[in-house]
Amino acid sequence: MRFVSLASRNFKELYREPVSIILGLLMPVGLLVLFVLIGKNVPLDIFTPNMLTPAITIFSFAFLIMFSAVLLSKDRQSAFLLRLLTTPLKPIDFILAYFVPYIPFALLQILICFTVGMILGATYSVLNVVLSLVVIFPMALVCVGMGMILGSLLSEGQIAGIGSMLITSIGIFGGIWMNLKMVGGVFEGIGYALPFAHAIDAARNVLSGTGLRNVVTNLYWVYGYAVILFVFGVLSFRYKTTSN
Amino acid sequence: MNKVFDKEKGDCEYNAIQTINLSKRYGDFVAVDSINLEIKKGELFSILGPNGAGKTTTIKILSCLLLPTEGTAKIMGYDIKENPQLIKEIIDVSPQETAVAGHLNAWENLKLMGGIYGLGKEEIEKRACELLDLLDLPGREKEQVKKYSGGMKRRLSIAMAMMSDPQILFLDEPTLGLDPQARKTMWEKIEGLKGEKTIVLTTHYLEEADALADRIAILKEGKIIAIDTPDELKNNIKPMKSIVIKTKNISDDIVKGIKEMYSDVVFKANKIEIKAIKLNVDKIVDYLRLNEVKIEGISMKEPSLDDVFFELTGERVNK
Repeated sequence: MRFVSLASRNFKELYREPVSIILGLLMPVGLLVLFVLIGKNVPLDIFTPNMLTPAITIFSFAFLIMFSAVLLSKDRQSAFLLRLLTTPLKPIDFILAYFVPYIPFALLQILICFTVGMILGATYSVLNVVLSLVVIFPMALVCVGMGMILGSLLSEGQIAGIGSMLITSIGIFGGIWMNLKMVGGVFEGIGYALPFAHAIDAARNVLSGTGLRNVVTNLYWVYGYAVILFVFGVLSFRYKTTSN
Repeated sequence: MNKVFDKEKGDCEYNAIQTINLSKRYGDFVAVDSINLEIKKGELFSILGPNGAGKTTTIKILSCLLLPTEGTAKIMGYDIKENPQLIKEIIDVSPQETAVAGHLNAWENLKLMGGIYGLGKEEIEKRACELLDLLDLPGREKEQVKKYSGGMKRRLSIAMAMMSDPQILFLDEPTLGLDPQARKTMWEKIEGLKGEKTIVLTTHYLEEADALADRIAILKEGKIIAIDTPDELKNNIKPMKSIVIKTKNISDDIVKGIKEMYSDVVFKANKIEIKAIKLNVDKIVDYLRLNEVKIEGISMKEPSLDDVFFELTGERVNK
């Protein structure tokens, strides 16, 4: 259980960084309010609180890519990780310590987005909200996995650039504020080759009451990506910490 | 005194560290070249050398961060290749760069290390309190470390390495980048640990090794070229004379002229220092006067570790 000390440190690093709170918790709320207000003048189904809430919740996880990547990269570059590697911590301790702190953060993001969404007019049954977590939560794993890959391989400066590009791409190809099927073509192709659009579609469907059975294909994409990216994240971390 | 020698564990009754033909290669580049060392328990041993000499690589191998290409080392009798996990329980390292968690305070940083080493809650509190006293951070122990000065962060970084009460402490360039006052304070802290623990200190500050170390190994291009106590190293070199002339109006051309006479000339802040086995002071003074240089003072210096290094390698550590 030695990883708990390091996980606790990583948790504090995350919560004591004002940028994490602003981008990870406040910005999604701002976006939700903004698009609901836009939706009042543009009567499109996609801009209703019911559709926006799960989409923006999943979009908010995109910031976890940046947070986890920056923390890992900073530790790597500042010799803090080097110090940790001389301690009796085992590889599994490192993986858990750099992953676990994002679980409560992701849960907080879900809680805040759903609370604000409901205040803005979203109506869901408790059962459907619980079921939607099966779709929504693995996306946090996808994002932390991506963060671990970037944090293991790139410098802080490179992460700032690539991370911003990724977040923008997730916004565009996730189908959060536009219907990818309506746009069609390459956009739709790229969007559905990635897990975000699948997760958003599945969450919207589950929250509307279709149940999990109708989103099985989406779930394959989401869980497939979650496992692959998490495994790659772990491998990148191990490669970087043993390659010197 | 009877020594017990165990072939498997090495001479671990007296030696905290023993290296056997320890080598590390990166392709054709030899970072560490067949190093054989025996560091006694409780000794403060310094590894000295210019940048790229192989000091940090040696520390990384001894702290199980790198595997040697050839040879091996035993830490308290444990082989670095066979028992890295056991070794990590009994050593701690303060890396070259300051390695602290910026968003935590000093107290939390120390507790973090205690937790990682699996210490109990009471022991963590006790050791953290002791180390905080040593850190000398009046009223700032609850402040986030990112707001500390470079010296404070360095002291904390070293204190973090002491949190587990390691049997062997590796200090990699502990005073690198510190101002002279902070460096002196750090020396006092390290001096206070002497005898309590085995300390391996790498530095390229010669005066640091001279002031602190029981023994010094001088490394050049991955090889140990000398190993002894600081005094013996100084006694063993040829009697090198050193003269320091304080001037007022010396130009670069005149310094160039002196460099043509002697190869080891350092000019800094109106002071010219000349080192040579045979020094003709009259000739130097005549040359300066002939060029209308105003001489404010002349003094002779005793051989230093810098001279030892120059004698052994033909180059200065701090170029």
